[in-house]
Amino acid sequence: MATKTKTPLTAGMLQGYDPETFFDEMLTATGEPRGHYQRYRELFQMLTQPEFEHKRQAVDLAFLRQGITFNVYGDKAGAEKIFPFDLLPRIIPAKEWEYLERGLIQRITALNLFLHDLYHEQKILKDGVIPLSYIMSGKHFRREFVNFNVPKDIYLHICGTDLIRDEQGNYMVLEDNGRCPSGVSYVLENRRAMKRTFPQVFEQVGVRPVEDYPRELLRMLQYIAPAGVAYPRVVLLTPGAYNSAYFEHTYLARQMGIEIVEGRDLLVRDARVFMRTTKGLQPVHVIYRRLDDDFLDPTVFRRDSMLGVPGLVNAYRAGNVSLANSIGTGIADDKVMYYFVPRMIKYYLDQEPIIPNVPTYLANEESDRKYILDNLEKLVVKAANESGGYGMLIGPKATQAEIEEFRAKVVAEPRNYIAQPTISLSRHPTHVEDGLFEGRHIDLRPFILSGEKTVIVPGGLTRVALRKGSLVVNSSQGGGSKDTWVLYGDE
Amino acid sequence: MLSRVANSLYWMSRYIERAENIARIVDVNLQLLLDLRNLNEERLAKHWLPIVLTTGDESQFFALHQKATAQSVTEFLVFQMENPNSIISSICQARENARMVRDQITIELWEELNRLYWFVRTPEARQVWKESPSEFFQQIKSSSLLIIGLTYATLIHNEGWWFAQAGKYLERADKTSRILDLRYEALPARGLPQAVSETDALEWSAILRSCSAWDAYKSLNGAEVNPRLVAEFLLLNEDFPRSVRFCVDECNHALRKISGVAGGRFSNDAEKLAGRLLSELQFATIDEIFEAGLHDYLDRLQGKLNDIGVALFNAYIVQNFTNLEDEIMVQQEEQQQQQ
Repeated sequence: MATKTKTPLTAGMLQGYDPETFFDEMLTATGEPRGHYQRYRELFQMLTQPEFEHKRQAVDLAFLRQGITFNVYGDKAGAEKIFPFDLLPRIIPAKEWEYLERGLIQRITALNLFLHDLYHEQKILKDGVIPLSYIMSGKHFRREFVNFNVPKDIYLHICGTDLIRDEQGNYMVLEDNGRCPSGVSYVLENRRAMKRTFPQVFEQVGVRPVEDYPRELLRMLQYIAPAGVAYPRVVLLTPGAYNSAYFEHTYLARQMGIEIVEGRDLLVRDARVFMRTTKGLQPVHVIYRRLDDDFLDPTVFRRDSMLGVPGLVNAYRAGNVSLANSIGTGIADDKVMYYFVPRMIKYYLDQEPIIPNVPTYLANEESDRKYILDNLEKLVVKAANESGGYGMLIGPKATQAEIEEFRAKVVAEPRNYIAQPTISLSRHPTHVEDGLFEGRHIDLRPFILSGEKTVIVPGGLTRVALRKGSLVVNSSQGGGSKDTWVLYGDE
Repeated sequence: MLSRVANSLYWMSRYIERAENIARIVDVNLQLLLDLRNLNEERLAKHWLPIVLTTGDESQFFALHQKATAQSVTEFLVFQMENPNSIISSICQARENARMVRDQITIELWEELNRLYWFVRTPEARQVWKESPSEFFQQIKSSSLLIIGLTYATLIHNEGWWFAQAGKYLERADKTSRILDLRYEALPARGLPQAVSETDALEWSAILRSCSAWDAYKSLNGAEVNPRLVAEFLLLNEDFPRSVRFCVDECNHALRKISGVAGGRFSNDAEKLAGRLLSELQFATIDEIFEAGLHDYLDRLQGKLNDIGVALFNAYIVQNFTNLEDEIMVQQEEQQQQQ
């Protein structure tokens, strides 16, 4: 039988593909593939367009069938969507990852030291490195936990730090998600899907595995158990099946082999936490909570929270139950605190930040505010305590009305706003339609676990803004994801 | 095992069983119409209305439809989300419960249930149903049987699994009794029926087929179909997996597996009621049942099955539903005392 000549897919893709003025992850400015994409590209080139399309559909269908979906808020009839997945992986060479890992460990170390200091001696405030007023006005600062000791002095057990690259390809930290960062289940499931779809590629390219995450997570959770508990029972506390990240909660619980509980499954008696089982009450020692502070305990925080457990905070204070993350970490999530992280690194570790921040202006500072208000159309303005791409103005893409709206907000509540120059995030070739590929902006969220030691699973979640020209990668705003490959080597 | 998890597993398998049984009922009755002659509107209504009553939602039905016709009844029982016991509602509920315990069930089971869910929710399902209702019901039944098989073969047979069994058999016992009750208007209130007409025989055969009991019945009783033998088979047969006695036996067994209490004793109301009902069925004769009136008997039977479900809920699940406001009070008192 005569061999059918195949039209190489990537050749077609690269022919029409224009990196423009952006930093492209795969191609250099002259259109040559970078070293660490070389081998992948050769293998990928063997694919024809119909084969690619077939694989793409198979992956989408598998995600739907397995229920790897997120709930869309405000949509009745239980609408669920799959998180769009792009089959072209983002590749990071070993040397680059080694650098990122060092930078992230430095950052999380400083943040944990900061939180410990903040909830104890407050030296950093007394030394005037961070103005006291910013802490006191912080929405997520829990002054009632000052002088409270958390197990092993760890505050941010699980942190998702968002990284971006600028036009020159320099990595920068965009934000630290220190409350309940989500997305790690997609890291694991994307990898599974890719392994099923392109088994031979993994072998030949040399990709570091990510499967260890659930084990490392469980190990960390057991490590922070209250003293004296030989066999701690660890549970995952979810807001329930209607939460947008519910898939992730069940997924992680299943991978770790622990119970997933809702608030109504737990009960506090004599400052100890129990779960209600068919055989009566059973003790619980560690809670991986995927619930914000505000909802944890209606007797302490929001009285109207139906999701929490009355008495939980009391049990926590008594040291009978450990929480990950600790209560009060939200202050490190505050975008105004973000501004001070390089100073924290300097203050606690006496080091320069390995991965820099994005230049940031604080609306509360007179001179910065003036600059912000004069340059709104050039800047990205963010509310200090929002996440998920909400409460944000992207100046260059905004209408005059939107700009004026933010101007009013910044003037009214300067403490709650920061601004940053608009960074043209790096781009990555991404499937658009019918075998056509275009550059789309991406970021990277590695997941950092702080337990006995700090563990970062190689890579993380690469999110991609699927809308042409869009800089917003959040799933709620039309974002998708890619598998992230950290190589054993540099090519 | 978490009470909430036990509850979800129980309802997951109950709802799957419900969807399957409704598919059986509608399917057989649609086919039966092909064998009946001289069908006018009144006779049609007489045929379909009992089927609505079987699922117990008469007022709901008339709130949505004016007349009981093949069209309206099948729509109501298959696709209508407003009917909490329709096939589509049952499948949605089963999946919702499975989602709540996604960490407790296997990927194989979840994928099949999820596939069934997406199937009934797509326009494709309606298309299949339009072109060949029989094919549609076959798909529902096959999927349900596959799920039952996957539950048996891939899930660990632990406490939660026994809760799922209890739910499944309670539902099946209830539905078998309701299917058997379909033609009660043709029967005298008390005592055995007189000679059976050809049409009657067809209808009683349909009842057997609704329960996949046709083959088993024939091998036991030959081709003669009469109400007495059909009722005896579907109520009292020891070995047929859809007979009420068999189901109550299995449910009773599951309850004992959950608590570890041996037969002949009980540690809670669910075990007491299940054990008692099982003995009744073991030592009953069909003639006695007819003498007291089949319809009344079935009515009481359904009440008893319902009581077992309620007792099970009270024994294992109900502690879950304390009032949040009360709990807040308890905690505040506790915290006051400590200060």
